[in-house]
Amino acid sequence: MTISEETAAQAGEVPQGATRVLRWILNFLTYGANSRPGEPRVPFYRHALFVRISHWVNAGVLLVMLMSGLQIFNAHPALYWGKSADFDHPVLSLTAQYDDKHNIRGVTQIGPWKFDSTGTFGYSDVDGQPAVRGFPDWMTLPGAQWLAMGRQWHFFFAWFFVLNGLLFVALALRSRHAQRDLFPKKTDFTHLPKDIVQHALLRFPKGEAAKSYNGIQRLTYFAVIFVIAPLIVLTGLTMSPTLDAAFPPLLWLWGRQTARTIHFICAFSFLAFFFVHIALVLLSGAGNGIRSMITGWWYLEKTGGAHE
Amino acid sequence: MSDTSPKTSRRHFLRGAGIGAAFVLGGCKELSQRPWVQDTLISAEQLTKRVQRLFAGSQALAPEFAKADIASSFRANGTTMPATNDYQAHAAGGFKDWRVEVTGLVDRKLSLSLADLRKFPSRTQITRHDCVEGWSCIGEWTGAPLKLVLAAARPKANAHYVAFRCADPMDDLDGDGIPESSFYYESLDLVEATHPQTLLAYQLNGAPLPVANGAPVRLRAERQLGYKQAKYVRRIELVERFEDIGGKGGYWENQGYNWWGGI
Repeated sequence: MTISEETAAQAGEVPQGATRVLRWILNFLTYGANSRPGEPRVPFYRHALFVRISHWVNAGVLLVMLMSGLQIFNAHPALYWGKSADFDHPVLSLTAQYDDKHNIRGVTQIGPWKFDSTGTFGYSDVDGQPAVRGFPDWMTLPGAQWLAMGRQWHFFFAWFFVLNGLLFVALALRSRHAQRDLFPKKTDFTHLPKDIVQHALLRFPKGEAAKSYNGIQRLTYFAVIFVIAPLIVLTGLTMSPTLDAAFPPLLWLWGRQTARTIHFICAFSFLAFFFVHIALVLLSGAGNGIRSMITGWWYLEKTGGAHE
Repeated sequence: MSDTSPKTSRRHFLRGAGIGAAFVLGGCKELSQRPWVQDTLISAEQLTKRVQRLFAGSQALAPEFAKADIASSFRANGTTMPATNDYQAHAAGGFKDWRVEVTGLVDRKLSLSLADLRKFPSRTQITRHDCVEGWSCIGEWTGAPLKLVLAAARPKANAHYVAFRCADPMDDLDGDGIPESSFYYESLDLVEATHPQTLLAYQLNGAPLPVANGAPVRLRAERQLGYKQAKYVRRIELVERFEDIGGKGGYWENQGYNWWGGI
């Protein structure tokens, strides 16, 4: 008996319609948009222990890295392209300016475009007091302006980000998880347009096809793990003056200010990935997905069959 | 920092996972205020320093740039005019009577005028100044390699750190008679202090150092962040132990910044 059936049985007089709505909601939260309540399922061991541990370690570490990174950014809330800073021509800046009526406004500038972002970027409240600052306090660690502490958080957890990432990649290669599930296949590219349509229609792979990642997952996870993560580490290292002396090739790739800008873009790529990831986890079955990332076990439709 | 032994600092480092959990459970606002959190986080500094030193060694040079890369105006940060009558009198007089003293654990104490500093074989380098805030600026510096100045003072064998005492008061005081402890100071270990690009610079872009950039003499330590590169240097003191420098090794270090300024 499923939970929803139990609930319905206990509340004998609940009308049939309400029971069905409840069952549908519970099923949606557990198995996602593309599933039927009461479908028979079998447990399938989907995520190895090292995948689960490194996933959650990474989730926590990335949160600290992002928020402390925005604190560091706030010490000079502008980005440039090149070896050094061309202060008059930032690629992006979050500043505050007086308007015609002598009110302070937060101004976000991206390239040649400027827009008013008062309350969020450039000028926002800290503990109820308006303050000139790049990102608002709820996005930074620590919340108040405190560069020294932001750096401490960032440079401590950076070690865990790198070690966790290296350990994951080493174990993923050794267990052939990377080769099997993460490295894109030729067909992932050719099937991409069709896969995007299927995803947009919330028709996720089922049964046998859900045992490995689908094409979009492979391409995305590959990009995040093997492109964006190394890039954010390398651009981070480039910002260290000592490491620039140790490894001049870092600067053949990009100037320090360019590296800072790419570092920022990578950070927001992680954030964008996070939002899409959460949305797809919710749509494809939050309960099943989260359970599989905690216990390893994923409940697969017995009948199988891909979405085609 | 040297007030924590490697052993306790390793133990601190291992507490990282604990902080991660506390972060998620306890919220983050007050966490940054807690001494144990601060101690744990700063324990990564020793590891960072060791690994960076391992790769950079004592000789790897900071990148040098072309004339075309020099910034049209070099950004000044921190103090731009030391607020003492003494300094301002020196500035008005073109720093004719300015002396840079070399003291502490040396066999021969020095008191060098600008003319004396210019007698050392000079080095000119176009380098990138990296501020802890995140921006960078490129300028051409000329000065006396600190290594040669230190050699002239003949450091004793037990001298391990070099402290730079500066002329800009950091507490909001005016007039003279300010205790030395309220002036800007910084410190380097001997590896960084005797690095080939570490200079007592007296010129920026071919002209005498402007007051805003540290006239008449500032430190250039090109593998470190800007705050390590003390401006308005008036005394260089060689000491044995880190504790002898005072505080946490520098003005900004006392405000919670890392002594290791390579990152």
